[in-house]
Amino acid sequence: MSLPQQVITIALCVFGTMATRFLPFLLFSSKKPTPKYIQYLGNALPSAIFGMLVVYCLKNVEVLSGSRGLPECIAILAVVGIHLWKRQMLLSIAGGTVCYMALVQFVF
Amino acid sequence: MAYNDFDERGVYIMKEVPSKRRVILAAARQAFPCTIPIFAGFWFLGLTYGIYMNISGFSFLYPMAMSFIIYGGSLEFIAVEMLLSPFAPLQTLAMALLIQARHLFYGISMLDKFRGMGWKKIYLIFGMCDETFSINYSAQVPDGVDRGWFMFFVTLFNHLYWCSAATAGGILGSLISFDTEGLDFVMTAMFVVIFLEQWLKEKKHYSAVIGVGVSALCLLIFGADSFMIPTMACILCLLTVFRQSIEKAGDLS
Repeated sequence: MSLPQQVITIALCVFGTMATRFLPFLLFSSKKPTPKYIQYLGNALPSAIFGMLVVYCLKNVEVLSGSRGLPECIAILAVVGIHLWKRQMLLSIAGGTVCYMALVQFVF
Repeated sequence: MAYNDFDERGVYIMKEVPSKRRVILAAARQAFPCTIPIFAGFWFLGLTYGIYMNISGFSFLYPMAMSFIIYGGSLEFIAVEMLLSPFAPLQTLAMALLIQARHLFYGISMLDKFRGMGWKKIYLIFGMCDETFSINYSAQVPDGVDRGWFMFFVTLFNHLYWCSAATAGGILGSLISFDTEGLDFVMTAMFVVIFLEQWLKEKKHYSAVIGVGVSALCLLIFGADSFMIPTMACILCLLTVFRQSIEKAGDLS
């Protein structure tokens, strides 16, 4: 690939990304009231999105081979447990991550 | 006159107007702790990305520029392969739109929260990656802290972590080897916590269950590389079909 072709490729990646980020704001300008259906989606979507992002993070876990997703399962349980116990975001995240690193480095 | 007021006897009260600098500093101080998990995650992923570009034969200027202006992790990794393959602009654009389509959902969720943010709005939208969106959507900003500046700093800090890590990886390349296997779990842990917080806030969990269930099912059916678009379509369908019950349950935060 020549340099101009590389520049175009990168520019297209930027354009694709920014199109998806800016489009809702361009379609529903703040001057006109947002349609009720879109308002509803704006309220209902986030719970579904966070669920989707958790699955997205785990998409490459092999359930049928290797450690069979056990370290991920245990570490997520640890995150949930610590969080319900102390309700401190940083502590839950750090605890779960340390637990996961220990599992993949020493146990599995 | 925003900060000044009259009391019930009509006496003019002077409230202390916080100076602009103090408002900005307070927001930055509030925003920083929220971004610490992302600091860890982005440094790990960003370094990996920079090293990957370095061993693929690119100067550090590439990861530096790409992390700054594309600023979307998964696409940047794939862009490395695109740059090494024959020039295919249409395919590149289609790929970028498909991989990044989930940002449409973030925008719809942030329409209200970004209202009236002035010039900051442009940057907030530009820098709205998965992690930044999640923090800006879910963080409880205390009274007295300016929400606009808070979100601005969350976005800025995350952006800087990602760029500096990608650049460092691009410069140092294969010189660094680290035993940090499993550190990338920090991102998963963060999304689990945010999901859990959202769950605890709700009375009913229709939307959360739809999100996890549909994503898991689509992952099983379509596989890791192509499950996001069907997932998003199914989530939209189900939320639309069950709109009445979801709205009636009033489990919208």
